[in-house]
Amino acid sequence: MSKSLPSMAGYGLGLRKEHYRDFLETDVPVDFVEVISENFMVAGGQPRHILRQIRERYPVALHGVSMSIGSADGLRIDYLARLKALVEEIQPVIVSDHLSWSRFQGFNSHDLLPLPYTEEALDIVCNNIDVAQNTLGRAMLFENPSSYLSFENADMTEWEFLAEMSKRTGCGLLLDVNNVFVSASNHGFDAQAFLRGMPSERVRQMHLAGHTQGNGLLIDTHDQSVPDGVWDLYSEAAARFPYAATMIERDDNIPPLSELLAELDIARQHGIKEAA
Amino acid sequence: MKLEELQNGFRSWLTTASDDAAATLGGAHQPGLAVYQNNYRAQLVNSLGATYPQVRSWMGEDNFMHAAVKHIDNHPPHSWTLDAYADEFGETLRDIFPRNPDLHELAWIEHALSTAFVAGDAQPVPAADLASVDWESAQLRFTPTLQTAPATTNASDIWWAMQEGEQHPEGSMLEEPKGHVAWRRGYVSCLRTVSQIELDAITQVQANGSFSGLCDFLVEQLGESEGVATAGGLLADWVGSELITGIE
Repeated sequence: MSKSLPSMAGYGLGLRKEHYRDFLETDVPVDFVEVISENFMVAGGQPRHILRQIRERYPVALHGVSMSIGSADGLRIDYLARLKALVEEIQPVIVSDHLSWSRFQGFNSHDLLPLPYTEEALDIVCNNIDVAQNTLGRAMLFENPSSYLSFENADMTEWEFLAEMSKRTGCGLLLDVNNVFVSASNHGFDAQAFLRGMPSERVRQMHLAGHTQGNGLLIDTHDQSVPDGVWDLYSEAAARFPYAATMIERDDNIPPLSELLAELDIARQHGIKEAA
Repeated sequence: MKLEELQNGFRSWLTTASDDAAATLGGAHQPGLAVYQNNYRAQLVNSLGATYPQVRSWMGEDNFMHAAVKHIDNHPPHSWTLDAYADEFGETLRDIFPRNPDLHELAWIEHALSTAFVAGDAQPVPAADLASVDWESAQLRFTPTLQTAPATTNASDIWWAMQEGEQHPEGSMLEEPKGHVAWRRGYVSCLRTVSQIELDAITQVQANGSFSGLCDFLVEQLGESEGVATAGGLLADWVGSELITGIE
């Protein structure tokens, strides 16, 4: 089934509860907000009510963390049904998740675990994406995760895997620039090569975030402002991916909204500069 | 290695941290394995802490972490939502601290309030609708957010004091058994301690829904006059508290 990719090259923020009031009571200068899908895949109550109110004021992107698109034993139908119900109610501009796995045979790690970039994994991921997109009736975006482990039996690079996955399934790509930076540092690959390997027309959203230095590895903590190295990489990405919406993704150590808006302004300036 | 084998090995590494499991993933010397192990456990501890903040405070950090670690070791998560990981923690607390009913009930309260917060929506029946009801055949329906449990301790007093940031009382047994009732009113989770007879009345209505059945039950318990009056009083209170979402 052919499904068109979302096209909305604007600038947005990840919506966190610390800023609900700001978004509901003022006109925050963003083109969209992104929420974590699972936080709203609940039966009822205040979370769903707030999301409905937000949706009346801003376009919404749904970003999932639990689809587990790389599960060798397939997707959970009950999960897809809940996500479909949310999608039908909210009518999001983008629905995304991660190129990772978290669940296997009844166990759910609640973490974005790495996949081996093998032909077998590619077949499984593409089959799962087909199921997800057919269930939702729309194209999804899948994000490159940060990773701390690589596998010796890989048949291809991460960017080759993503490009082929997108080509086979018609899904779009969510390029997390910070994750490219983190994984490039952890695994010693060339971040520029990663960007060059991404099919330009299929990258429809970008995430910007911060990280911290762990014990010999960079850790994707999302609790810092966007560092210079990530901005440098974003500068190149902004020129390379003109169809992509950009978003600041902060999940912890949440600052006042004004700080995030200031970061988003920096992203806008990069976008304007690269467009010129 | 097939993907299925890799994912099985990864699951084993996260849940056991064994050298055998690490060996299937290239060996425990890889610093990345420790990152995933740490993320997994920290995520689950944070989830339990988010659902049980007052339990954590009541137990103290060392006892809470001891219980959380034991829970994580014995209950690998299985739901698509991290929120569900808190569901069985009360049983772990009962296993570790079998002689602390105040702790068990405090845990029940926090879990019930947490799950009521996101339970299904249902519109409460307005008091004005009561006038036209045929009470002989009326069937009552409680809000889907309602949860009840026996109360044998002052756990609700402890919860309220902690919630208000006040000095909380020591745990103690109640002089007579009562009931905990948790539900959501609008978008706010509510907690109330009720008498044993009200708890039994709620259970009666949950079982068959019949208002006349409730009257019969209360007359049997309290006598004709007091039973009928109590049924009317409870109904009025339940409607006023937005506990009733259907009368058919």
